Amino acid sequence: MAASTPGAVPHAELEVQIGRWRDYVRRREAISAADVDEMEDHLRERVADLTASGLDDEEAFLVAVRRMGNLDAVSREFAVEHSERLWKQLVLVAEPADGGTRSWRELAVVLGCAVGAGVAVKVGSFLLGDDTAFLRNVALLVLPFLAGYLAWKRRVTWQVGVALLVPVAVLATVLNVYPFAPDGSTALLAAIHAPVVLWAALVGVAYVGGRWRSDGRRMDFVRFTGELAIYFALLALGGGVLLGLTAGVFTLADLDLQPALESWILPFCVPGAFVVAAWLVEAKQDVVENIAPVLTRVFTPLTIVMLVAVLGVLLSGGWVVDADRELLILMDAILVLVVCLLLYSISARDPLAPPASFDVLQLGLVAVALAVDAVALVAMFSRIAEFGVSPNKAVALGLNLLLLVHLVRSAALATAFVRRRRPFDPLARWQTRFLPVYAVWAGAVVLVVPPVFGFA
Amino acid sequence: MHIDKDLVAASATPLVLGILADGESYGYAILKRVDALSGGRMQWTDGMLYPLLHRLERLGHVESSWGTSDVGRRRKHYALTAAGRAALAERQLQWSVVADALRQVWQATEDGLRPPRPAEGLA
Repeated sequence: MAASTPGAVPHAELEVQIGRWRDYVRRREAISAADVDEMEDHLRERVADLTASGLDDEEAFLVAVRRMGNLDAVSREFAVEHSERLWKQLVLVAEPADGGTRSWRELAVVLGCAVGAGVAVKVGSFLLGDDTAFLRNVALLVLPFLAGYLAWKRRVTWQVGVALLVPVAVLATVLNVYPFAPDGSTALLAAIHAPVVLWAALVGVAYVGGRWRSDGRRMDFVRFTGELAIYFALLALGGGVLLGLTAGVFTLADLDLQPALESWILPFCVPGAFVVAAWLVEAKQDVVENIAPVLTRVFTPLTIVMLVAVLGVLLSGGWVVDADRELLILMDAILVLVVCLLLYSISARDPLAPPASFDVLQLGLVAVALAVDAVALVAMFSRIAEFGVSPNKAVALGLNLLLLVHLVRSAALATAFVRRRRPFDPLARWQTRFLPVYAVWAGAVVLVVPPVFGFA
Repeated sequence: MHIDKDLVAASATPLVLGILADGESYGYAILKRVDALSGGRMQWTDGMLYPLLHRLERLGHVESSWGTSDVGRRRKHYALTAAGRAALAERQLQWSVVADALRQVWQATEDGLRPPRPAEGLA
């Protein structure tokens, strides 16, 4: 900045004006500091050209700023291009001028939904009584309250509101009308997959305010899910410590906290913590966002170590003869973990950053996971051919194949990215495009698998 | 002469890619080049160039790197990638089809307009 040396008095005013312009532009959340640098360089060039053609500093500055264009329109363009930057600002964008009263009202809505979820769980466990029926319905009792809060927050249209009721109605009917065999495996499968369907078709659609086709909004929902898991874990940890200490003191006074814990505290606190965690994610996105990349950097290498150990065990060949079902389910769990880690780190990554060593590490993670899965799948196919299909095996195998497709394509796109053949965007887009497939699959497991296997 | 906004927007990408095909450049220089090429008749909103450049970067058509200007300011340079070169070739084909079609249709109207003129007066 040779032009702005302290001796150059005539330009001092210009420097102040450019400084003010910078601050003003910087307030737009869609425009990053580096973008402001880039635009400032542009502004200074323009000013220099204009002053060279005879304008004074002030005139030149005004013309240059006007030529830069309407900042609202420009920042909207930046926002369209860099939606990941806006993710932390969604709350502020939605907020009207009288932010104060709305935030109090929001707190009231959150607490109302949290208590509502608790009451629903309590009433549900009272009415449904037996454990498997309650287990099947628990997501239906909690998630509508979370979706209700998000729908209120996003001010969804009534069409979207009606669309949100459809999955709830369908699942509530199917889960309670299908004649599931008591303790049958299809009942358990439906219970496990119903929350996945609801998470996508109810919470997801409410979160994106009905704009579920948008890749960017889907990625926001992935971020939301990851952050929600972190917040929920933190709340559960804190709550656990508090309860443990309280129970300790109660024992000294010869009082047992256990009955109250089981029948009142947990049914209210766990669903409530879930809704509150969602609110915290919405309100405090800025804070956690710094943790997300760190967490993925810590856990990606650790997961690689774990997978290599698993691969060693699998290849050593000393398996238990009838470990097939457990093995498949474990493989699914491992691959789901890898996919979550992959999704989460992709969602936290700056899409424009060039490939770095961490991207190679991530590719390594996917490659090892694929190797582990290939070994397990080969073994599984031979066993199924030998012993026939059961609902558990069919569902576990189906999920395994979906994960395999997801990871193989991710590996191909990540390789192209690391080798600078393709940008990062196709890799991110593949993730968001593939996500609905899991929701459809979970829906099929709830709706189609039980009748096919005779509700066994 | 005022050039329609949609037309400016549609031609922005091939123009930027074409300018970068001559060698790496940066935002302000690209705008000045557009200005010179169109004799000052294509006026872009300066700020809108940057989201466009970032989009091209995300699509892998250009690569960016930070350098310094003559006076030592941070400056972001953009260079065309192989994918960008392919995209430019594709755009060139599309635009030559459009330009060719326009030329023909204008030729036809010019030829067709002249003779009927006096006849129209009679109707």
